[in-house]
Amino acid sequence: MALLQISEPGQSPNPHARRLAVGIDLGTTHSLVAAVRNGVAECLPDAQGRVILPSVVRYLDAQRRQIGYDALAQQTSDPGNTIASVKRLMGRGLADIAHAERLPYSLVATPGMVKVRTIAGEKSPVEVSAEILATLRFRAEDSFNDDVYGAVITVPAYFDDAQRQATKDAAQLAGLNVLRLINEPTAAAIAYGLDNASEGVYAVYDLGGGTFDISILRLSVGVFEVLATGGDSALGGDDYDRALADWIVAQTPLQVSSQEDQAQLLAAARACKEALSDSEIAPVELDLSVGRIDLSVNRSEFEAATAILTARTVQAVRRVLRDSGMGKDDIQGVVMVGGSTRMPHIRTVVGEFFGQTPLTNLNPDEVVALGAAIQANQLAGNASANDLLLLDVIPLSLGLETMGGLVERIVPRNQTIPTAMAQDFTTYQDGQTALALHVVQGERDLVADCRSLARFELRGIPPMVAGAARIRVTFTVDADGLLSVAAREQVSGVEAKIEVKPSYGLSDAQIADMLQSSFSTAEADMRARSVVEARVDAQRMLLATQSALDADGDLLQGAERQAIDAAMDALRAVAPSDDAAAIEAHNKTLAQATEAFAAQRMNRGIAQALSGKNIAAL
Amino acid sequence: MNLQTDDFVLFGLTPQFTQESVAIDAQWKRLQAQAHPDKFAAQGAAAQRVAMQWSVRINEAYRRLKDPLTRAAYLCELHGQPINAHSNTAMPGSFLVQQIEWREALDESHTLAELEALMASVQATKKVLLHACAQALDVQHDFAAAVLPVRCLMFIDKFAHDLNQRLDALE
Repeated sequence: MALLQISEPGQSPNPHARRLAVGIDLGTTHSLVAAVRNGVAECLPDAQGRVILPSVVRYLDAQRRQIGYDALAQQTSDPGNTIASVKRLMGRGLADIAHAERLPYSLVATPGMVKVRTIAGEKSPVEVSAEILATLRFRAEDSFNDDVYGAVITVPAYFDDAQRQATKDAAQLAGLNVLRLINEPTAAAIAYGLDNASEGVYAVYDLGGGTFDISILRLSVGVFEVLATGGDSALGGDDYDRALADWIVAQTPLQVSSQEDQAQLLAAARACKEALSDSEIAPVELDLSVGRIDLSVNRSEFEAATAILTARTVQAVRRVLRDSGMGKDDIQGVVMVGGSTRMPHIRTVVGEFFGQTPLTNLNPDEVVALGAAIQANQLAGNASANDLLLLDVIPLSLGLETMGGLVERIVPRNQTIPTAMAQDFTTYQDGQTALALHVVQGERDLVADCRSLARFELRGIPPMVAGAARIRVTFTVDADGLLSVAAREQVSGVEAKIEVKPSYGLSDAQIADMLQSSFSTAEADMRARSVVEARVDAQRMLLATQSALDADGDLLQGAERQAIDAAMDALRAVAPSDDAAAIEAHNKTLAQATEAFAAQRMNRGIAQALSGKNIAAL
Repeated sequence: MNLQTDDFVLFGLTPQFTQESVAIDAQWKRLQAQAHPDKFAAQGAAAQRVAMQWSVRINEAYRRLKDPLTRAAYLCELHGQPINAHSNTAMPGSFLVQQIEWREALDESHTLAELEALMASVQATKKVLLHACAQALDVQHDFAAAVLPVRCLMFIDKFAHDLNQRLDALE
């Protein structure tokens, strides 16, 4: 019998309102949604009982689209309008994309992020991803007959700031409240760790359709601590398909150039690769416009054709192991994640490297979504028992351009997040009144070799001699791994801040536009929904505030208390109305009125936690 | 207890150089379990922001306490003997000579074995300097005397970083 869950006082203001929180694995080749039901995480199937949603979107005309298996089925007949592997384009400019000319669809170079040219117009990778996310959201809402309160979306650990921001934008566009972005290997570790009640240091080797991650984690009771992470955000099963396709063509005298032929050849290579996971030899039979291919491929030929790719993953493993300060002997288990780890030679190579048989007892396709669902359930406040804490790291160093095109590193890679680090800079010329700041991410010393994230200016510095100004630049990375940068001249107090968004991500205005012309929900639905959501938020805020006042009301002075009481009364008065904007505005006012109170409560909480420890230690 | 509280008080540790690494780790996890933004994900934007500030502060203190070099520098600073790494660059001649020799050795080393031998030599020197820090800070309580070994350690860390990059490049 399932036990009823009762939340801790203050944890969930309303124990009867169990919030539907989902974990979504937004993958290169396929995506999944999972949720915790009766205390157990499970992947949610579609109406036909399939849990996997191929990450493929086909645009039929300006209005209609197919998503998933239906789109996949048309990939070879309508390659130009059928967008697969869109994850590889997220947060990327045209110049960043390897083999762009070999994609079966056409890319458009646009400032910031690349776009795809389709029959429905130019589509941003964010919009295409949002179609996939919305499909999964509706699947979850149908499964539970409830609205999704929030979602944890997984991203490759090695995703940089632009790629993470693009993912978060896509979720927002799909109408999802993002509780957290978490790293795929970390999500897998949650699913594994909780399943096997493991303690010790683990390596997670995650080779997906388009990305490769390797993470070293230390698991102790309730804590998942990432020691180091690395990988390649453009290396995955797709590349194995392409390498095999090249090898196949090289065995024939044919020249393959058309999009249809390319798409067919890639699909055949992929089928051949998958067949080789179960058998020693697999046939390839293809009728292309330029001629017929009929041959067979054995495992050792496939391994030789892709050896360079496998070697790249092992090189990353070696580096991450060194970054983590661990030796091979310290690794208690190696977890294999991602469909591409089904390839037998990958398992062999990884097993040989670590000197142990990798763990494969959970489905490598599902494990990431399951871990994300467990975390989502907790973040939504549903689970107060077996609490787990994730301490993740930033995968790539962050820095600023300095004189001569060199990078001054401010946040080194593998720093636990959230984090804030600052560095002081000064002016180069006498009387200089402005400073151009160029934020970059990457491990190389030259700006040209790193990813440019944003540029902004600090203006209004009082004229001083060169070197006299003290400009403190602070990089703050939040728990999602997203960066914001602030600069402040210490003498004059002149300030400039930036969310690192405009150069590669979408501006809030762009997102608002996309939402306006949105696909997923009719406008009337949206309006009704936003009223309901605003009311629920208001109710939640009122309950949370009341329980905070009951617990720690003694922290407040008379005037502060009166301000909060007044804001609560005002919100209560407006909550029953149909005016979503007014409810939201009053909710915001209450949030602002309680901000200082929240800070004081936290301070008290921390102080209590610490003094509790000291007493226990005596 | 507030965001300005010093690292040792925040972590409930005796303010001295010698520390148990496992105790620092354990306390870090305990504190993050109280303050991490994930613990407040369902409680609104204000709680998120405050949690983020605390979580950042705890990670900052953890980083500083965990590394013996930054821990030593922090103790000097707390006792009115700031390191001033940028403005104070005078170093003993013998140390500078050794630095030059190491740099030359780094330029001339090409194999993994050569680089690893150099690393071993660097680590040995680091150990001696850390011992000097412990003596000055915990035994003699002479914080001014710890400043020089701390600055030498900063040079060594920089060199070890460059050496590590060469090791990286080798693979």
